[in-house]
Amino acid sequence: MSHSGVLPGKLRGGFRELRMEGVTRRFGQAVALDRLDLTIEGGEFLALLGPSGCGKSTALNCLAGLLPLSDGGIWLDDERIDGLPPERRGFGMVFQNYALFPHLSVRRNVGFGLAVRRLPKAEIARRVDEALALVELSEHAGKLPGQLSGGQQQRVAIARAVVLRPRLVLMDEPLSNLDAKLRLQMRTEIRRLHQSLGLTTVYVTHDQEEALALADRIVVLRGGLVEQVGSPEEVYTYPANTYVAGFMGYRNLLDLPVAAHDGARVILAEPGMRLTGLAQRGGRAGGARAVAAVRPHDFRLGSGRDNALQVRVEVVEFHGREVAAEGVTETGRVVHVRLPERVAPGDRIDLTVPVERVLVYPVDGPAADLGEVPE
Amino acid sequence: MSVPIRRPRRRGGPYAWIVWGGVAFFLVNLLALILSVVVDSFATSWFGDWLPRGFTMRWYAEAWDEFGLGDVLRVTLVVALAVVLVALALGVPAAYALARRTFPGKRLVLLLLLLPVLLPPITYGIPLATVLYKFQLAGSMAGVIAANLVPALPFVVLVMTPFIEQIDTTIESAARMCGAGTRQVFLRVLVPLLVPGILAAGILVLVRTVAMFELTFLVAGPDSQTLVVALFSAAFTPGIRAAQAIDAMAVVYTMLSAALLAVALMFVNPTQIVAQVKETPVD
Amino acid sequence: MTTGLRHRLAERGVDRVLLLLVPAVLTLVLLFLYPMLYGVGLSLQPRTGGLLDNYRAFFADPYQSGTIGKTMRLALPAALINVGASVPIAYRLRGRFRGRRLLTAILVLPVTLGTVLVADGLLRYLGPKGWFNRVLMAIGLVDEPVRLIYNYWGVLFSLVITGFPFAFLLVLSYMSGIDPTLERAAATLGAGPWERVRRITLPLLAPGLATTFVLAFVLAFSVFPSANLVGEPANETRVMAIAAYDAAFEKYDYSMASTVAVLMGVFELVVIALVLLWRGRLYTGSTGGKGA
Repeated sequence: MSHSGVLPGKLRGGFRELRMEGVTRRFGQAVALDRLDLTIEGGEFLALLGPSGCGKSTALNCLAGLLPLSDGGIWLDDERIDGLPPERRGFGMVFQNYALFPHLSVRRNVGFGLAVRRLPKAEIARRVDEALALVELSEHAGKLPGQLSGGQQQRVAIARAVVLRPRLVLMDEPLSNLDAKLRLQMRTEIRRLHQSLGLTTVYVTHDQEEALALADRIVVLRGGLVEQVGSPEEVYTYPANTYVAGFMGYRNLLDLPVAAHDGARVILAEPGMRLTGLAQRGGRAGGARAVAAVRPHDFRLGSGRDNALQVRVEVVEFHGREVAAEGVTETGRVVHVRLPERVAPGDRIDLTVPVERVLVYPVDGPAADLGEVPE
Repeated sequence: MSVPIRRPRRRGGPYAWIVWGGVAFFLVNLLALILSVVVDSFATSWFGDWLPRGFTMRWYAEAWDEFGLGDVLRVTLVVALAVVLVALALGVPAAYALARRTFPGKRLVLLLLLLPVLLPPITYGIPLATVLYKFQLAGSMAGVIAANLVPALPFVVLVMTPFIEQIDTTIESAARMCGAGTRQVFLRVLVPLLVPGILAAGILVLVRTVAMFELTFLVAGPDSQTLVVALFSAAFTPGIRAAQAIDAMAVVYTMLSAALLAVALMFVNPTQIVAQVKETPVD
Repeated sequence: MTTGLRHRLAERGVDRVLLLLVPAVLTLVLLFLYPMLYGVGLSLQPRTGGLLDNYRAFFADPYQSGTIGKTMRLALPAALINVGASVPIAYRLRGRFRGRRLLTAILVLPVTLGTVLVADGLLRYLGPKGWFNRVLMAIGLVDEPVRLIYNYWGVLFSLVITGFPFAFLLVLSYMSGIDPTLERAAATLGAGPWERVRRITLPLLAPGLATTFVLAFVLAFSVFPSANLVGEPANETRVMAIAAYDAAFEKYDYSMASTVAVLMGVFELVVIALVLLWRGRLYTGSTGGKGA
């Protein structure tokens, strides 16, 4: 890339790994982050994913040094950094609301960190120009942040964070204030910068699609605890539990009686519904009941040998190439489906789903209570 | 735009006329009151007629010489500016701490800040004067400045705290993430953003200090009187000086005070003292 | 300090930022708290007699204790008038129209007059030979000049003239903080003008009015110069401030002066506490205006 001049290649090896060990943060009695152990490798793109209040922002602020830890430590290779103030850690950060300095021009916003370090004027100008070219804002350099659109402000915030050649870039829901179209565009932009500049990025989001699209590795958090760590592929295809499943778009979490076990297969049944799925979390689901997780997309019209259920359609939403429907089974259970066929409220339809697309989990706690769950 | 139910009517209606009538009555009387003083300050003599017999400027000259107005004005400005500077220097950092932290005992600190604003100045002015006399500070300029700090400092803190609360803390975090230390955050980010608030607070303190009668009256000596106090002393011991000279002095005071208010209004929108105004354009 | 303790303190908000409070707090402790406590101590050490003899003497002497009533009789109506008159005017002035700024400026202008000019003006304008009485007699409303100065009325007028601009500014400011669409919403639900004021504007304004009343009362309560200049300081308008001043600078009895000062503070705070107690029962959340 022609842009690599901003950040010399040595940065990719800026550090080997950053370790968080037993990082805990309490606010009074509430535990926002509970003994988080996490290793971030140099050059990787890591996403912290979870609904609001799951501890992801707390973890990011602890990393940045904006929040002191209650317990635990953070090491950058062999150096312990959790006692350092944020300004001495050498990390860059992009904030949710951008946090641009409203009284400084775009140029001076981006050059702020360089000016604070008292670098020679000529070098500041050169590096700011490069960074602005990188985010395609060169012609807006003289404007104040208030004169820019949301997407442009976002670019300034990113330029400001990367111009310092940070060892680690922290991003706190950077896309959540943008409209849907711009969000997709900026998402690509961020991934491109990460790759071309050889950054190490920690990215906080509540949007599973964003995490899946951007990250090399995803950490799913709930209530200050890690639920699952894995590649997007792993987390998407094999959620560790019903909580992660719910977050990954398994909108149907059906708590059903267990009829039979057949190796890794578990058969769940109740009047009007029979589901065969694969037992998750290593072993098979013990107990009399289990939870079947199914994505709305995986249902098909028709009757299968292993899987069959009949629902009466109640609500239909038009989504272009498909419809999203809400059906009710004989026992009053609500099932969400997405179908390419047109159905209408009142229709009685037969549904089936491939066995490998039904994930069966042991019943555990209030898994379905997810707070704000993305669709 | 046509809306089925229109906005509440502004003018017209008997109720509105009563309100505007009352306002007009008040303003006419007020204007006459002010004119009485102004006319008298230019009058050669004025007894029992609609207007005085002749007009002259000599009362202003007399007031200037006899009351040492030049010195009094100098003292007034020095005292007011000193109070403004000290109150800002101590008050802005304190307001920052109050805006950004909740800590045990915060309520006590707030009480300590509120009481001087709420209590009548005489209440703490008399003991303060006694204490200042004990330390032989009373009668000096330093004593007057110290006494005026008591209401001014809490005032600065109370005005500045909401200004600081308005500044998003992530802006400070962003500055830190860019490598700025505490001093740099203050100088490069906070102070530039707070300039309007600091100006507003400073000018309001200036106006209040010029107008502050009781405290200055209680602790000032002959050489440390501000204009209000000199004016009261002159008005309270009538007979010695011509009434017209006192009028002249009162007019000078009002001009000074009006000039300060005009400057203040340039920096502070008076209706935004307690809230940011949301004014939707008239449709 | 161990890291653990520092963490625990930081979690409760105690860190080095609080050092910024120290200069201000220290100044107020020295210049306000210490003198106040010194004054309270002084009030408990009368020239003759025991601990509470000053207080006993104050309440036993009707000439002294009467000052409480006289102060309240001036300060309460003055504050009520100032707040009460501000409400309809501010209501007419809310929103945006031509001349609004000018009118606001004119109504606020009396702030600059200062008590002495107002007192001076009242003496001339309302005096037996002043323009006011001349006009009344000229149009035949009265046969003899009405007596409006050197008594209760003169002081009340002075308090209204000097206090109204402050009250008006605050009320206008609170009024502007109320989102005008709320009233329009009420109108679409069928509320007439008076209903809108009674059910929407006034309830949202009430906490602000309470605050304004407190500040207007504080301003009027410390009445001193005007009570001396346009009142009857020996009798009808002998307010607490005058009693305190007399004790200190006429009789040089600083102990008694402190007693009066302390009582003045106590009675003022009682009224404030009552108003704030009432305010505490009102809705005090957002009024829909930005940042309100």
